[in-house]
Amino acid sequence: MKTITVRYFAMFREHAGLGEETLQLDVATALDVFEQTRSRHASTEPSGHCKVAINDEMAEWTSSVNDGDTVLLFPPVAGG
Amino acid sequence: MFAISDNDISVDALREQLMDPGAGGLCVFEGWVRNENEGRTVERLEYEVYEPLAVSEGEKVIAEAREQFPHLQACCVHRSGLLEIGDCAVWVGVAAPHRDEAFKACRYIIDQIKVRLPIWKKEHYLDGDTGWVNCERCANV
Repeated sequence: MKTITVRYFAMFREHAGLGEETLQLDVATALDVFEQTRSRHASTEPSGHCKVAINDEMAEWTSSVNDGDTVLLFPPVAGG
Repeated sequence: MFAISDNDISVDALREQLMDPGAGGLCVFEGWVRNENEGRTVERLEYEVYEPLAVSEGEKVIAEAREQFPHLQACCVHRSGLLEIGDCAVWVGVAAPHRDEAFKACRYIIDQIKVRLPIWKKEHYLDGDTGWVNCERCANV
């Protein structure tokens, strides 16, 4: 198990009802974090439309997560 | 230069910053808040921005444009917070020796900013409802 801080933005934050939580998760990649938190908060957004960052660096869904990491989950963006 | 602003964008000051004796022209894109989207009347917009990454990713986009077109000056400012109809939501300016690279770089910057930066747009509709743009599926619980 790893201690992972997960941060939610925009629609994800509204769904989760919180901006951040620290969880004990059995995860290897950013995608594992997304899927476990998605089922926890009942979102159906596919990962393909979303983006992820780890410790304030943009990352890939296949990127490894380590104990103590902060994973930022971004719903589909809409700048401009 | 890329920045996020929670106040009105000072267009004249940005234009001034790009003044360069080697530039033969300035190409500007201003994104404005529109009063309609997909058939719904929009009353105002709200931008949520994760500033640390929006700024670093925005700087990367500008650096990429300058790599493709080495002799240009470029800057972009994106708003955060609550905006009214007609407000300037994003300003991109590119000064270059010739118009072709100015148009192309300006187009590259705005296109990339729309799809890469952690910025989210919530529309407030006339009927009191709200909706996150591009995020309809997130609502299916």
